[in-house]
Amino acid sequence: MSGNAIEVKDLRKTFKVQKNREGLKGAFLDLFKREYNEVAAVKDISFSIPQGEICGYIGENGAGKSTTIKMLTGILVPTSGHLTVGGYVPYEEREKFVQHIGVVFGQRSQLWWDIGVIESFQLLRKVYKVSEPDFKRRLDELVERLQLQDLLNRPVRKLSLGQRMRCELVAALLHNPSIVFLDEPTIGLDIVVKSEIREFLKDMNRDHGTTILLTTHDLQDIEALCSRVIMLDDGKIIYDGGLEELKNRWGTGREVQFQFGTPTRLEQLRSWTEALPALAWSAENELEAKVWIPLEINVSDVLGQVVSKADITDIKIIETNTDDIVRSIYQSGTAEKKPDATIREDEGVVATHV
Amino acid sequence: MFNGTGGAYLDFIRIRFLTMLAYRVNYYTGILIYTLNIGVYYFTWKAIYGGGGELGGFTASQMTTYLAVSWMARAFYFNNLDREISTDIRDGSIAIQFIRPYNYLMVKMMQGFGEGLFRFMLFMIPGMAIAMLFFPVKLPTAPEAWAGFLVMLFFSFLINSQLNIITGLMAFFVENNEGFMRMKRVVVDLFSGLIIPISLFPSWLGSIMEFLPFQAITYLPGSVFTGRIQGVGIWNVLGVQVLWFVLLLIPMVWLYRASRKRLFVQGG
Repeated sequence: MSGNAIEVKDLRKTFKVQKNREGLKGAFLDLFKREYNEVAAVKDISFSIPQGEICGYIGENGAGKSTTIKMLTGILVPTSGHLTVGGYVPYEEREKFVQHIGVVFGQRSQLWWDIGVIESFQLLRKVYKVSEPDFKRRLDELVERLQLQDLLNRPVRKLSLGQRMRCELVAALLHNPSIVFLDEPTIGLDIVVKSEIREFLKDMNRDHGTTILLTTHDLQDIEALCSRVIMLDDGKIIYDGGLEELKNRWGTGREVQFQFGTPTRLEQLRSWTEALPALAWSAENELEAKVWIPLEINVSDVLGQVVSKADITDIKIIETNTDDIVRSIYQSGTAEKKPDATIREDEGVVATHV
Repeated sequence: MFNGTGGAYLDFIRIRFLTMLAYRVNYYTGILIYTLNIGVYYFTWKAIYGGGGELGGFTASQMTTYLAVSWMARAFYFNNLDREISTDIRDGSIAIQFIRPYNYLMVKMMQGFGEGLFRFMLFMIPGMAIAMLFFPVKLPTAPEAWAGFLVMLFFSFLINSQLNIITGLMAFFVENNEGFMRMKRVVVDLFSGLIIPISLFPSWLGSIMEFLPFQAITYLPGSVFTGRIQGVGIWNVLGVQVLWFVLLLIPMVWLYRASRKRLFVQGG
């Protein structure tokens, strides 16, 4: 096996969607001759993920994330393109291939509703042909790590969502897969369970070298786990790279808010920072002002200029967070950076509403 | 087919059996309904026979036995695999089935069999006992009729389940296969000879039936049980069942293969 756990080249999936013609006549025509629209959910994407990497796969609803995951896990057969996962072509040798992967769908349970948690695990042991000692060792490890001791004998239908999700993780990992796909694993969970699951995934990646591909709408998942993100929009990859790089490229700057003890005019502030013309000052009133600092300028330089001259009671530094960055990328539909001016204008609009 | 995952497949039988057992109260009413059905047809046929004679090769007493055993056989072989499969497809949970190293259809078949075992022990046997209290059912005395019937009953289950699976898989190809499922149910009940023995069909329809799998579900085993088919004849009708079992594997596997390419997981 090469160093890449997942290799995808020109992967494409189109669906035929039935067209429903309007009106009674349309419905009647539909009875005899169906018309279909071809909808491409994933449009010729290529990427590769090396072994042991945690990669975040993000995008708006309907961007094609789930479709990609379903092709990578052998559920869907691609329309065209090449893919190998863990050395297998997923859809060709599905039964052999799935032995090596673990999958969690946050929105679907893979446990059997009517039977106890431990019985589900036992059944999965047989399905995945895990030997009894291996199973016991792995189960003990997972149960202890995720604190499931009290849940094992309960029927699945009586678990809370958080409890169930932890059990789902165990179910997906009992056979010790080397590649794990997580489709919105933290959806609907409270903050405590979310961070538990993140910690767990991080440990698993470190201790077992598990490759993880994760889709989520919670960017904190990405920040906590992923060194790399692939961003998808309308079936195409619009960004593939490090999270830091994304932030640097898109993070437009920082904003510093000042509160003054004595009235301070905007012209005064401007003149104090004359040496840094890229700054954009604005003021609510004489006692409050804020300055927008582009990334090239150090915040400390600005503060140095102002602090020595003004009577300051409070300072707040606001950094654009990942949510904002991703939101603006989704809205523009491209990860290519726009010219600075437009962004600053956007920021300005936001600022006046704060 | 079983290579190593066999243990898991057997577990699917066991778990379905136990699940059914947990809900066994639901089936008490079932026994009552089936007994009522037998009663309705019993009295109808009694009126039709009037004094006596033979209809379509059935004596009145054979007809009673045929009715009782047909309904109780249905109590065993009936299952909702079609509905289960189409629900899996339509709500998208089929995705979960495809990430596991097993054959989905085998799992469904095993679950159906777990349900069948439950139905056999807690539905068919007690139901038959109750029917015998109310109606003059004559059990066969020949051991080969019993042996033949029981083996054929198993094939009834297999063939009926195959038809169910095929109907269920239709959900991949049509947006809503509710209609297919209902039609299948009526067709199986009517053409399998449950409602009217096939020998009473008009001859043209009867001869069409000979080329369809439905008679193998109820009519043939029922004929063995009532003693209308004996000796070598049992082997012949069993052969018909085996043939249908093998033939139905073809569209079933073909549909399953084709559906893998058509699969469109609903709900993202």
